[in-house]
Amino acid sequence: MLEIKDIKWSAPGGVNVLKGLSLEVPENKLVVITGPNGGGKTTLAKVIAGLETPDSGSIFLGGEDITKLDVTERAKRGISFAFQQPVRFKGITVRQLIELASGGTLKEDGLCAILSRVGLCAREYIDREVDSTLSGGEIKRIEIASVLARHTKLTIFDEPEAGIDLWSFTSLIDVFESMRSSLKGTLVIISHQERILKIADEIVVIADGKLKDKGSADEILPKLLGSSADCTTCAKKEVYLK
Amino acid sequence: MNSITEKLLGMISNWNGKYEGAYNIRENGGCAGRQSTEHIKIENKEGAPGLEIRILPGTRGESVSIPACITHGDVDDLVYNDFYIGEDADVLIMAGCGVHTETGEAARHSGIHRFYLGKNSHVIYVEKHVGTGKGSGLRTIDPVTEVYLDEGAVLEMDTAQIGGVDKSTRNTRAELSSNAKLLIRERILTEYDQWARTDFEVTMNGEGAGTDLISRAVARGNSHQEYTSKMIGNGPCSGHSECDAIIADHGTVTAAPALTANHGDAALIHEAAIGKIAGEQILKLRTLGLTEKEAEAKIVEGFLG
Repeated sequence: MLEIKDIKWSAPGGVNVLKGLSLEVPENKLVVITGPNGGGKTTLAKVIAGLETPDSGSIFLGGEDITKLDVTERAKRGISFAFQQPVRFKGITVRQLIELASGGTLKEDGLCAILSRVGLCAREYIDREVDSTLSGGEIKRIEIASVLARHTKLTIFDEPEAGIDLWSFTSLIDVFESMRSSLKGTLVIISHQERILKIADEIVVIADGKLKDKGSADEILPKLLGSSADCTTCAKKEVYLK
Repeated sequence: MNSITEKLLGMISNWNGKYEGAYNIRENGGCAGRQSTEHIKIENKEGAPGLEIRILPGTRGESVSIPACITHGDVDDLVYNDFYIGEDADVLIMAGCGVHTETGEAARHSGIHRFYLGKNSHVIYVEKHVGTGKGSGLRTIDPVTEVYLDEGAVLEMDTAQIGGVDKSTRNTRAELSSNAKLLIRERILTEYDQWARTDFEVTMNGEGAGTDLISRAVARGNSHQEYTSKMIGNGPCSGHSECDAIIADHGTVTAAPALTANHGDAALIHEAAIGKIAGEQILKLRTLGLTEKEAEAKIVEGFLG
């Protein structure tokens, strides 16, 4: 479905971040990409969505070479990308953002169907601006709603757990678990969180700009769980590479 | 009434071939139609061009429209309109202005509007300004708004000038008594070589007075905008002002907000930001399938919406 071949990318300062990374993501699966910070996960997500251009290598979506396509063209081909730090807009309402994402006007029940998937009541939110008046947890959910509204064949979430409080995190996990149970298309989630890793069809471990490991959750998760496995009371549990 | 006036009325007000409620249509300095109602009386002002609009105490749910249109060049129209709003009234006032010239000659409208709001009255005041027509004749609109709010009175002012006006100097002054509230929302778009200056001065004299002033500006092309605001708290009051400007191409903006607290319980806040559209905003909308140009247009439309 998505095929990444020998991708190399270096930061503007010259540091090599992706060092010849190849990966195949199967259709209609939930794939979680994990690994240590600085290993290249977010860069890989941005390269797939077209936000960063690789130095070399190629990307195929459904058999089509999309390496040279820009962000807009890739979005139109069926790639959605949820930002780690959601963007805020003065003057653009939740309704307008969701409608832009869905490609047309929506009635209240249509908006309700989308926003309820991320645990928000449409009536309370559709007329609110996507600006700094929204909390970190609220804007994260609206970001996720904006990509769900697109119904694309590939949706990438870049560390959805980043920058939100514990209570929002717990209900966010519920959102992903419910998405998992009604999966349409392929989901790629970049995450450190054990509860997200547990619902993966496949876990991909990226470290030092390369693919380090790959397999089912049952196979990979035990390898990842280090000292954090001792702690059973912390809901927001991160896993670390041994 | 000529066809240009009809077109301008549609752009600046809720004109749909007629007005509901009281109205006065000013066309090139003359009167092209007027209607008073049982509760809203419109009469000529004595000693100066303009109107006196008296809204009786307790009038609720009614509206008054007083649009002004200039439909050709070589017109310099000056008008003084005074509004007297009775106690406990709750009304909508629309006072747009359209300036059209095609002959290369200048056209200007200066509307000086004074609002005297009685105790506990509530007014929504909507003001839209547009310039239309071809040719190099300058389209100028210079509105002056003076607001006097008695105890507990509330004025919500929504003012917009979205393109087409070459030169504009906008002055707004307000004085608030105790528990009076003033909410102003201003949006200005300038492009090409247009120039706009907007100047607010709000004085809060009474206990519990409150002001919220939000100004959003977009300056593109070679246009220039200047924003100044003075908020003065003479009693236990609260004031918030916010000016945000997007600059594009060679557009320039100057913002000079000022706050003066003359009382220990005056709480005044100002926020200001000027900059081009954030790259990440464009990227976000592109990930939803919009092109860069479509994304910019949506961001500006929302910002000024």
